[in-house]
Formats: sequence, C-alpha cells, structure tokens
Amino acid sequence: MEITLQHYLTVGAMLFTIGVFGIFVNRKNVIIILMSIELILLAVNINFVAFSAYLNDVQGQIMAMFVLTVAAAEAAIGLAILVTFFRNRGDIAVDDASVMKG
Amino acid sequence: MDLVLLVTLGVFAPLLGAVIVGLSGRRLGNLVSQSITTGLLFFSCVVSWIVFSQWTWGGLEAFTVELFPFINVGDFQSVWSIRIDALSAVMLVVVTSVSSLVHLYSWGYMAEDPDKPRFFAYLSLFTFAMLALVTAADFMQLFFGWEGVGLASYLLIGFWYKKSTASAAAIKAFVVNRVGDFGFALGILTVFWMFGTIQFAELFPMIAIKAGTGWEFLGHTWSALDLAGALLFVGAMGKSAQFFLHTWLPDAMEGPTPVSALIHAATMVTAGVYMVCLLSPLYEYAPVASAIIALVGAVTALFAATVGLAQNDIKRVIAYSTCSQLGYMFFAAGVGAYQAAMFHLFTHAFFKALLFLGAGSVIHGMHHEQDMRKMGGLWKLLPVTYAVMTIGTIAITGLGIPGVGGLAGFYSKDSIIESAYASFTNGHSALGLFAFFVGILAAGLTAYYSWRLVFMTFHNKPVWKDAHHDDHAHDDQAHDDHAHHGPLKPHESPWVMLVPLLLLAVGAIAAGFVFAPWFIGDHEHHFWRGAIFVAEANHVLHDSHYVPTWVKWSPLILTLIGTFAALWLYVMKEGMARRMAGRGGVVHAFLTNKWYFDETYDVVFVKGTRAVGDLFWKVGDVKIIDGGGPNGVAWLSRKFAGGLARFQSGYVYFYAFVMLLGLAGFLAFAIYTWGA
Amino acid sequence: MLQGIAFYLLASVAVLGALMVVTAKNPVHSVLWLILAFFSSAGLFVLLGAEFLAMLLVVVYVGAVAVLFLFVVMMLDVDFVKLRGGYARYLPLAMIVAGILLAEMIIISLAVVSGGAAANAVGPVAATPDMTNVEAIGRVLYTDYVYIFQASGIVLLIAMIGAIVLTLRHKPNIKRQDVSRQVGRDAKKAMEVKSVATGAGVTPEDLV
Repeated sequence: MEITLQHYLTVGAMLFTIGVFGIFVNRKNVIIILMSIELILLAVNINFVAFSAYLNDVQGQIMAMFVLTVAAAEAAIGLAILVTFFRNRGDIAVDDASVMKG
Repeated sequence: MDLVLLVTLGVFAPLLGAVIVGLSGRRLGNLVSQSITTGLLFFSCVVSWIVFSQWTWGGLEAFTVELFPFINVGDFQSVWSIRIDALSAVMLVVVTSVSSLVHLYSWGYMAEDPDKPRFFAYLSLFTFAMLALVTAADFMQLFFGWEGVGLASYLLIGFWYKKSTASAAAIKAFVVNRVGDFGFALGILTVFWMFGTIQFAELFPMIAIKAGTGWEFLGHTWSALDLAGALLFVGAMGKSAQFFLHTWLPDAMEGPTPVSALIHAATMVTAGVYMVCLLSPLYEYAPVASAIIALVGAVTALFAATVGLAQNDIKRVIAYSTCSQLGYMFFAAGVGAYQAAMFHLFTHAFFKALLFLGAGSVIHGMHHEQDMRKMGGLWKLLPVTYAVMTIGTIAITGLGIPGVGGLAGFYSKDSIIESAYASFTNGHSALGLFAFFVGILAAGLTAYYSWRLVFMTFHNKPVWKDAHHDDHAHDDQAHDDHAHHGPLKPHESPWVMLVPLLLLAVGAIAAGFVFAPWFIGDHEHHFWRGAIFVAEANHVLHDSHYVPTWVKWSPLILTLIGTFAALWLYVMKEGMARRMAGRGGVVHAFLTNKWYFDETYDVVFVKGTRAVGDLFWKVGDVKIIDGGGPNGVAWLSRKFAGGLARFQSGYVYFYAFVMLLGLAGFLAFAIYTWGA
Repeated sequence: MLQGIAFYLLASVAVLGALMVVTAKNPVHSVLWLILAFFSSAGLFVLLGAEFLAMLLVVVYVGAVAVLFLFVVMMLDVDFVKLRGGYARYLPLAMIVAGILLAEMIIISLAVVSGGAAANAVGPVAATPDMTNVEAIGRVLYTDYVYIFQASGIVLLIAMIGAIVLTLRHKPNIKRQDVSRQVGRDAKKAMEVKSVATGAGVTPEDLV
C-alpha cells in the first residue's frame, strides 16, 4: 500500500512517546534516561527526514545532520556527568538526588 | 485727647507690657518688669474709667474703632476693632480695675518667687486677651480673645509648673475649656451659615427676620436660632464653669492666689455671661436656648453651693462660691433680665476679688497654709484682712434691708431673684419659679458657707498654735520651710497687699447703691442704650421692681437663717461641725467628693476613650489593617510560596514529568485552536 | 509493495527495539536494543532516499554514541537489581500520560498532512541520476549553512573539552613526566649519601 508521510510521522511519534515514557518510568537508572533521550532525538530526526523527502526540500536533512551532531555532543557530556556522579555517590540511583530541593 | 486714640492705647497697653517683660524680663530685672506692667495697666485702668464715666454721666454715644483687617475670606469678614458701648465700657472698668489691683497685690504676694517677670508678663497678656474679647465687634475677635484668655489661664494655673498637680490642673482647665470651645465654634458656624456674616453690627438687625425659621427633621421644625444659641452657650458653660463643664474650676486653685482672684473670680469666668448678654438680640428670639441657660444656671447655683459646704481648702470654698454666683448670672440672663446679670457681674467682680485677695493675705500670713482646719483665731493677728473679709462676706451674702439699702451684693442678687419670680408671673419664662426657689435656697447656703469660712479662719481655737508646737517638738530636723526657727507667727500682709484690699472693699460697699439706678433702676434704659437688646414682650426687669413683698424679703430671711446656722455650728457650739464631718456619712461624702463628677468623667470619658482607642488599635489596626495588609499579605505569600515550592522537589524525573505534562497541555491547546 | 513490506518491517523493529530499551532489566541489553533501533531507523532513512544521513546515523550513533554507552555501562559497577525498584508504582500514570501524548501527536500530524503545512506533499522523491543525496547536501551545507556548520564544529570541540574537564582526575601517585624538572636536574643535588648502620636496613622514611 501507499506509504504516505503520515506513516513516517506516526513512527516518529511512537518513538518519541516511548522515549518520554522511558524517562519517567526509570527513576533509578540514569543510563536508561540518557538512552531515552537518544530515542527522542532519533524520533525527531525521522520527522525531519520524512518531511524533507516528501516536500522535496533538502533543508530537513541538513537539520537532521545538525541534530545528530548535537545529540552526540550531548551524549558525551551526559555520560561524563554520569561518571562524575557515580564517582561521588558510588551509585547511579537518582531517586535520592534531591539536593536541589526548593 | 481724642477718645479713639485713648481707647486704642488703653486696650493695647497691657499687650505692650506683656511683650516687653515677657521677652526681656530677665534682663530688665524684677523691679523694672513689675513697674512696667503695673504702670501700663494702671494707665489702661484710668482710660477705662474715663470711658465709663463719659458713658454713664457724659452721654457718650457708642462707637467702633476699626484698626486693621484680620480675616478676609468671602463673606467671612473680620476686622480688628475696638467697640465701645455700654457692655464693653462696664467690662473695661471691671477688667482693668481688678487686673491693676491684682498686679499691685502681686508685688507683695509673689515677693519670694524667683519667676516674677514671667508672672507679670502672663498677667498682662491675660488682660490684653480679655480686653480684646470685650471690645470685639465680630465673632472672630471674640473667639480670639476667648482662646487667648484660655491660654493665659493655662499658663497661669500651671505657673509653678514643677508641681505636678499644678500642671495637671492647667491641662484639665484647658481641655475642659476646649470641649466648650468646640460648641462655641459650632455656634459661630451656625450663625455664619444662617446669616452670612459674623460682624455684630450687620448681624443684629437681621435676626428678627429669621426668628422661628429652622428645618424639618423627624417631623418637627427645629429652630435654627435656638441651635445657635444653645451651641454658643456650650462655650459659655466651659468658660464659666457651669454644671457639666465645671470640673476645672476647683483644680484651677493650684495657681497663685492673685491668679485666682483675677481670672477665676472677676474676669475670665465672666466672659460667658458677657457673651450671653452681648448676644441678647439672638437670645431674645431663641426661647428654647434661653430656657436651657436658665436651667443650667439654676442647677449650677445650687450644685456649687452644696459642694462648697463641705470643702476644707479656703480657696476651694471661694471657687465654688464663684461657680454658684455665675449660675445666678446665667439664670438671670436666661429669664430675660440681662441687665440684672450684668449688674451682678459688676458687683461680684469687686467682692469676689476682695475675698480671693483676702484669702491670699491669710495664706501669705500663714506661710502658705491653705487648709482652714489648721487655722483659727486670726482676727487679732490679721486685723485689716479680717475687716475686709467680713465686708466681702456681707456683700456676697447680700445682706441688706429691702427698700432701704445694703451692701453691693444685696442690690444685684436680690434683683436677680426678683427677676426670676417676675419672669414666671408675667409668663415670660416657665422656669422662672424653679430658678426663684433655687435662687433663695442657694442664697441661704451661700450665707452659711461664707460665714463658715470666716469663722473657721478668724475665730475659733487657733489650731495652728498647738499643731505647730507638736510638729516643732517632734521634727526639729525636718523644719526647713520657714525662714525662722520659732513658733509660727501669722502676720499681717505688707501695705502693697493691703491697699488693693481696701480699694476693693470700697467697691464692695459702694458699687451697689451707687450704680444700681444705672444698671437696673430708673436710668437703666438710657444706660444700656442699645447694647442690650430687649424684645417688646420682655418686661421682666420692669416687673421685677413690682413683685410681692414676701418675694422681696425672702432672700434676706434665707440669708439670716444661713448666717445663724453657721454661727451656731462654728462659734457657739464649736467643734460640733468637726465631729459631724468626722462621722462621715453618705451625704457628706457626696458633697466632699463634688457629687463624684470627676470620678464619673474619669470612668465615662477617660476610660471610655481609652477603651475606644484600644478597640481601634487592637482590633482595627492590628487585626484588620495589619492583618489584612502587610501581615496578611505576607502570610498569604508564605502559604502560596510553600505550595509552589513543592514543584521544586529536587528530583530530575519529577521535573521531566512536569515538563511533559506541560507539553501535553500545550499540544491539546494547539489542537483546539487549529481546529483539527 | 516491496516498499510497504520493508517499511512496516523496519518500523515495527524500530518501535520494538525502543520499547525493549526502556523495559530491559539488564542495562547492557538496553544498549544493544538501542543499537537495533538505530539500525532500523537507518533503514527507514534509506527508504526515504536519504542514504547519506542513514550512513551517518550508523557511523556516528551506532559506532560512537552507542559504543560509548556500552563502555560506560560496563565500567560502572551497578547493581541493576536494585535499580528496578518502584517501577510498577509509576507505570499506570506513565502509560496514561504517554498515551495522551501519542494521541495528540498523531492528531496533529494528521492535521498537518491533510490541511496544514504539508498539504502538497508528493511521494518520496526518487533520487535523480544527476544529483546524489550526498551532492545535494553538500551543495547546500557549505554555502547557505556554512556558519551553522562551523558552529556545530565548535559545539563538538566544546563537548570534547567538557568531557575531559569533567572526568579527569589527577591521581596522586601516577608517574608523570615533568620536563622542566628533568632538565633542571643538578648533579650535586641529585644524589645524597646516607650512612646506614650495617645490617640495619633502610625504611622509606629514611629516604625522604
């Protein structure tokens, strides 16, 4: 059957939702949270590229490339923070990390 | 010399004295200060007598000297002026004569006081304010003088300011006067509202037109003139210490005796009577206000006389006597006999000042002892004082034979009592009968307490001799208030104090029979010529000469009864009164405590005001305003912030969750507006 | 037809992989499922005609980021049993919110496609023989978007520096080379003769 833009957008939406779901169901494991963020970014990329393909505009792909770049940078920094966090606490459970409680 | 210039100088001379001595008295020295003020005041006195004699025997016409504008606001015009007519001429004489004699007397009485320049400056200041009051040609200057004498009274009562009772008494006098002045100001405003002017010359002709007008309120027409009259009388009540606003007068005796003589006997307290007589055009058309005046005056006369029976301080007895006599003057004015009121004011000034200064002489001789229970047997030691005090007492009790003559008080007081009876019989005033009975009863009481004073002070056992011996034997070391170390020797006063006494005694004897024809007798109409307005229907003064014989004799009978009672209790059965007082009892306590007025006022007004203030403070300010305002807002802020702070849980997942909720909401909104 | 099958296969694998990422017990398994999701997405990109981007995804995401994840997961000694506590408590709420979000997004995408910005979408544009995907991107990237290109380079630089700064620890007893010290070594101070009692031995404190 005809694969329309709609289908791709739905796939993107589903991936996005799963990423979001992952963030607030995994309270204790920070690594899963980071991976969920990557899933979100991936969903966004799919959106961009789908639109770019269906609207015949290469801008979407350029944007997706930059998103990729930033996602990589962010993953690196995030993991560095995680490592420091682990070094200070000995454990990556973010449940108890409420020092910034207002 | 031109009379206008003379009168102007005469009115302003005391002011000049006050200013010079007030500002530079300490540099000038005691003798110079006293001389300046006393000299200027005698000059004023001479001028006043010239004016008065011109008026009485010389046929002077009324005139007004306009000096300079005072207030100029639309219709509210006031010009600083000196109005000379019968009323002001009489008052000029009274004020300046008594004031100059008091100045002279103070040379001796205040001889040991270190603040003499201040005292004389205040006395002169008071005199000027009083003169401004009596020569006023409009309400504003009258009010200025009114307030000025109040101020001077405050300064003089609290002259020995280091004494806490004196300061308190000064404040009490001023505050109670203020209550009266509030009514007075409202009265002035009512008059201005009704007539659009405050100048007497413009005002008086207009009153007849507006008689009976008023306004509808609760289905009844309230007369505006009565309202104005009643309000103005409230001011007179305060200034002249009438019932309800009398509480300041006895406490005012904290001031030096010359002050009591000048202010609280002869001049300031009579300002109220003067005002009522001056506004006779108004009161003739305000029957309700006149009735109020008569009632209050009569009640005061009786009330003060009853309280005077039980007082032990020599000055307080005379103070209550003043209060009572003022009540007489007011009820005379209230029943329509303004001339009789003014005549009593004139004679009363002489013998009351005499009594006060005589008492001052006694006090001075007893080294500032004021309690009569500690006196006695002084008639040999203070002969002149004793003689003049007796003359004054005879004058005040109104001893005289109707149809023949008597001392000063006889003429004026009997005239008042007869007028009261006459006003009832000719239908002018329904309260006349009440006033009449009160008048004769109070006359009896007056006789009793006046002679009681004389007997306790000058006759009887010399209590001071034994008491002083006892004191002297017991506490030698604590004996520091006398300049000598011997038994107390009461001595006669120096001549500078006796001369005023003698002059006033002459007045007390002669003022009655000399001036009676002019004030209330055959020449009365010519004498007053326009100063006192009497309505067509008012025959009270005329009829007072034709009252039944028993009415004319009744005051004398009551007076003799009172005199004899005093003689019995204090001379023949000496000590009996003391035993009666010692037994106490409800009536005695009631009288000694002045009918518990001070206590009542304390509970009602002082505590009441404090309670209201507390209410406004604790509930209104703290709970409502502070609670609703700053404190309340702060509390609300904290509560709100506390609630909001729960969003800052510190947990990252919580933040992410909230973000997503926000996102979901935003998307829902987007769908709604884009109308998918 | 083939396209349809390929799409559905790749799409379902991607979604399944994503689901397993968040629900796997073992974090290492999560990373592996993530890699699978990435691969499937790369396949989807190829279907869309963006093959350069698909290869980029494989090289960067899978080859670098996912491997980095793997490194870190294996390096940190975590007790993953403990980490699953409280999972069931938040599950219902999370499901509800996620479901709502999904529904909304699908509705919006429908709206966009049917009448919105993408109303005039045609099928995926076939790759023209004269311009490959790479060339198309290249033509635009270095001309219109050159500033953003440079900026993204700086972003990567900063990320690199940041990662080093955050995680570098100076261990006290690691031998490092200090060149200036080496060069400034003086023969006279280099050695010190210490007399030692015969048979007594030497302790480190003596040598200081």
